[in-house]
Formats: sequence, C-alpha cells, structure tokens
Amino acid sequence: MHASSPRKKHGKRNCPHHAELLLRLSLESNPEALCLVRAALQRATEILHFNEPQSRAIVRSVDEALANVIRHAYEGRTGRPIEITCRRLLAKPRARNTQGLEIVLSDSGIPVDPKKLHGRRLEEIRPGGLGLHFMKQSMDVVEFRRDNGKNLLRMVKYLAPSRPGPKPEGE
Amino acid sequence: MQITARQFEGWVIFDILGEIDLANSPTMRKVLLTEIKEKHAQKVFLNLTKVRYIDSSGIASLVEGLKASRDNGSRLILYGLNPSVREVMELSRLQKIFEIYDSEEQALAS
Repeated sequence: MHASSPRKKHGKRNCPHHAELLLRLSLESNPEALCLVRAALQRATEILHFNEPQSRAIVRSVDEALANVIRHAYEGRTGRPIEITCRRLLAKPRARNTQGLEIVLSDSGIPVDPKKLHGRRLEEIRPGGLGLHFMKQSMDVVEFRRDNGKNLLRMVKYLAPSRPGPKPEGE
Repeated sequence: MQITARQFEGWVIFDILGEIDLANSPTMRKVLLTEIKEKHAQKVFLNLTKVRYIDSSGIASLVEGLKASRDNGSRLILYGLNPSVREVMELSRLQKIFEIYDSEEQALAS
C-alpha cells in the first residue's frame, strides 16, 4: 500500500467548497488490507474533528465500499488496483455548507450499473446486501459513475456545525 | 481476529477478539456453522466484548448462524456488544432479531 499527502487545491467554479488533498492510498484488492485502510481513515477523521459516531460511520462506509469493490467489481480476485483519495472540504466564505471530508474510490473492475445498486429490504432477514445500505445511511453524499474505464465512488460526510457552548457563569 | 472456545455446563462460549471483516468473517462463519450444524450444540454463546469492529460480512455470518440455529431448534446468544457493534446491529435492524444481552452473567442465566 502506498500513501501520499501533498497539499493540492481543486474545485469547480460553482462548488461551495475548496478541496484540499488530505490522503491518497494505492492498494491492491486484498481483504487483508482493509484493516490498514480503516486505521488510516480513523486517524484522518480525528484530525478533521469528526465526533466518534461520525468517525465510525465514515470508516464503516469506506470499508464496506472497498469490500464491495473486492467482491463484486473484481469478483474476489486479489492484486487488482484500488485508489482512495481523501480531500478536506473547506467551505467558501458565505457558503451554507459546512466543512467536510470527500472520499473517492477508484477501481478498474467490472463496470457498475448504478441502477442496479440498491441494498436489500431490511425486512428480509438474510445474509448480504447490507454494505450499500450502511453507506447510504452513514454518508451525506454517495455517488457512482464510470469514467475512463474506471468505477468511481464519491462519498462525502459534512462536519456538523459546532454548537455554541454554554456561556461562562457571570455573563 | 481470534476465536477461542470454552465450555460451560455443556454449552459452548466463543470469545472473539479483534475486528471482524471480509478477511476473517469466513473463519467465524465456519466455526459457528460447525458448532450448530455438525455438533448440534443447543446453546451457542458469542462473547463480543472485545470485538472493536464488525462489517456487513460479519453480520451476514451471524445471520447464517442464527438461521442454522433456528433450523436446529437451538439458540445463538450474543453478549457484550460495544457501541460500534451495536450501531451496526441497529443499522441492519437486527437488534431485535438476535438474542442480545449486556453481560455474560445475563446471557448464561437466560
């Protein structure tokens, strides 16, 4: 697994955020690598001041997305390339949205048909079909697209605006 | 992930340590199904106190174990879920499907 974290800015003209590269991971489709990615993501969410439940939600979503890439896009084959790019989203002045974390997963596996991506109904008690449900429940944005022969999954989690704390006594 | 088994009054308790994910959930699945389907254990306890993380493949293995136990007329009992594992159970809406207890004492007394 290779990791890099140079600072880089990108953004579209109408996008309410600046984005700053936080972390880029290159790994192979190996289930043994999942624990390493979880650890790196956990640390990244702490740096961005996500609270514990939010942090767990982000780590869980990325882990489930990676598992889906290994199981479905690469049909369980190991040694295939996966890239994970994490960017810190910084709200522009006067933008309504808050800061957040954008994570993009890229793989060269079997094309994913977004129309066929739906979790199972939770009323059904059977194994499988929960990963996508976890992602959609946990993240603010979950988008799939195919570009240049690659599956791209973009997920965003926004930081909840910090609430003002209690006023000190005497004010 | 590590799984160790111990006996209590003829029942088996599996102590699981670590993280349950795509890399190791097949191991847990095999251990569970062997105990339920081949050894016909009447009560199987899973001590999850030291499980820091479980993914959907781990949940799928638990669901398979639960189905097998129901087919066998036996019981699969979970206890000691930490917040991370409990969250996943709630997201899956499975917390009311499984028998879940806070402590080993409560689970064994059930």
